Amino acid sequence: MTGTLTFAATLFVAGPERHRGHVFGGVILLVVAVVIVVLLVQRFRNRKPIAEGSPTALSHSTSQAHGNGNGNVATVTVSALTLDTPPPSGRYTLIDLARSEWTKMRTVRSTMWTIVVTVALGLGVSAIATAETRANWSTMSPSSIHSFDPISLSLIGTFIAQFAIGVLGVLVVSAEYSTGTVRAVFCAAPHRRSVLLAKILVFTVVAVVVAEFVSFASFLLGQSLLSSPAIHATLATPGALGAVVGCGLYISALGLLGLGLAMIIRHSAAAISTFVGILLILPILVQALPNSIAVDVRRFMPDRIGADMIKANGSNVFSPWVGFLILVGYVVAANVIGAILLTRRDA
Amino acid sequence: MIEAEGLTKHYGTKVAVDNLSFSVRPGVVTGFLGPNGSGKSTTMRMIMGLDYPTRGQVKVNGKSFYDAHWPLREVGALLEARAIHPGRSARAHLLMLAQTSRLPKRRVDDLLELVGLSAVADQRAGRFSLGMGQRLGIAAALLGDPGVLLFDEPVNGLDPDGIRWVRHLLKGLASDGRTVFVSSHLMSEMALTADEVIIIGRGHLIEQTSIDGLLSRSSMQSVRVRSPQIDALRVALEELGATTDSEDDGSLTVRGVDEAAIGDLAGSRGIVLHELSPQTASLEEAFMELTEGSLEYRGAELSEAPLTDGTPS
Ligand SMILES: Nc1ncnc2c1ncn2[C@@H]1O[C@H](COP(=O)(O)OP(=O)(O)OP(=O)(O)O)[C@@H](O)[C@H]1O
Ligand SMILES: [Mg+2]
Repeated sequence: MTGTLTFAATLFVAGPERHRGHVFGGVILLVVAVVIVVLLVQRFRNRKPIAEGSPTALSHSTSQAHGNGNGNVATVTVSALTLDTPPPSGRYTLIDLARSEWTKMRTVRSTMWTIVVTVALGLGVSAIATAETRANWSTMSPSSIHSFDPISLSLIGTFIAQFAIGVLGVLVVSAEYSTGTVRAVFCAAPHRRSVLLAKILVFTVVAVVVAEFVSFASFLLGQSLLSSPAIHATLATPGALGAVVGCGLYISALGLLGLGLAMIIRHSAAAISTFVGILLILPILVQALPNSIAVDVRRFMPDRIGADMIKANGSNVFSPWVGFLILVGYVVAANVIGAILLTRRDA
Repeated sequence: MIEAEGLTKHYGTKVAVDNLSFSVRPGVVTGFLGPNGSGKSTTMRMIMGLDYPTRGQVKVNGKSFYDAHWPLREVGALLEARAIHPGRSARAHLLMLAQTSRLPKRRVDDLLELVGLSAVADQRAGRFSLGMGQRLGIAAALLGDPGVLLFDEPVNGLDPDGIRWVRHLLKGLASDGRTVFVSSHLMSEMALTADEVIIIGRGHLIEQTSIDGLLSRSSMQSVRVRSPQIDALRVALEELGATTDSEDDGSLTVRGVDEAAIGDLAGSRGIVLHELSPQTASLEEAFMELTEGSLEYRGAELSEAPLTDGTPS
């Protein structure tokens, strides 16, 4: 998929007179195409009938006839299922739970798919944007060249990738509720907050690794596409490293925001809608406020904070790191509310 | 050992479980019986700490389940047949559960084999039949070799072979000294499996008794009598303190006195008898009688609900 996107990007390079409108149209088409492919693949896999080979021998433990008031009923010798290892000392720990969470994450396909989509969209959109800019470089006005920021342009895919990772964050929680897995898990580990903490830890590691990978790869790919005469940057350019690392942290934080929202809302569709609404609809609503208020409110919104974080030299009200702390505040708030509800509501 | 004390659960204004107290002892299979919607599943969820009681408490082995050090080794539960992600394999599902209580990995394979799912262990569970899902749930309950086991309608969806297997398993687990608590709304199934029964209706405890005790109750024993002088016989029997019911076929069902007393009475009054047969109610009937009046969702009485809009005769 990444290959397709890079190929599409090179097509844009080949046509130097393209407009920005074409690029955005192309991006939207690509997003739709990726979503359709993913849905089709999932559908196809679900439809496959189960391979024959249904349970054969019911029990390998010996059954013996055993007279009983209710007729000739055999008794299963349960020695076959006796657990011979004695229980370890102490009690189950966060590490046991984290191990279990990791098993859960890696054994469903949706994890792999959302990660593939995160990487593909993040890289692909950045590649298209940078390649297109390079192609139009000769026709750019001096003022737009003056204000050109190669770093944030190469990280622009963030704003698409954040949706994919948000979906992953939602699904690791909501899929457990919709399938009932969560109840099986709480029967095995009744300390719900510890289970949540283990989930958050495992998800954070996965999200940070994926997001930083997307971020660095987008930056490096984008800068290589912005070849001379276009202005480009390296990781040594002042502010570049911070912006790239910050970009990865921003994406990770949004994944955790999705996870926290799902803890509160529990339903996949509703939680995903809320997540998307916060990033896309809320800014539009805020724009409808009187201008003096709108500006103040607007800078507290996650997407605006993210936009500041991927710039090398923030010309904004919050410095990138203050912005990031505000974002972390939202994430913590959502997850704390989720944790409180977790032990108040029936599972 | 499971001990419930005044267990109560409200869902909004709906009272699902109402001041329920009972105890389930080790070494026997205890059936948990009640009509649909009587609160069996809710009670089991409260035992496992999934639903919080509105009032009352329940203890497993003398303590709250939350205090278990290695929960899977203490209590195993099959509550929902398909509490599994359809995209996850049976093996992965059991593994992630086993890891929470630090159980060895080979335990998963052992149980897959025991329940007969080894061949399909790596397939997506979404493609499992109801019976296969049920077996997987049973495997999950047995993972930690717990001393207390809860099964909510374990034979639901199983074929006759599977039902027999579960029956043997439950008896085997109990004879090993474990506490086995099984819900069902089928008295006939419980009659073959359980030693004790806890019967509830509309969230109330109706009875906790042994199966044998239930069968030998006097109200369950009756005598059918036929006689050309049935009215005279009825009067005589009622003088003796028996209760009588006239049946549609002209016979009389007598409770409260045994067949010998009825025969003696008829002989002394010179009443001719055409039939004198003791009847033992089936457990199904015993159950129906006990839960009558506490049916939550009752089907329409068939004889009174004509399927066609016929004219009255
Ligand atoms: N989460 C819930 N919210 C609201 N009402 C509920 C909930 N769970 C159960 N109930 C209600 O509580 C009552 C008891 O339900 P429960 O599932 O415990 O019955 P049951 O004995 O298991 O029935 P069945 O034999 O059909 O499985 C029912 O009337 C049900 O509608
Ligand atoms: Mg039920």
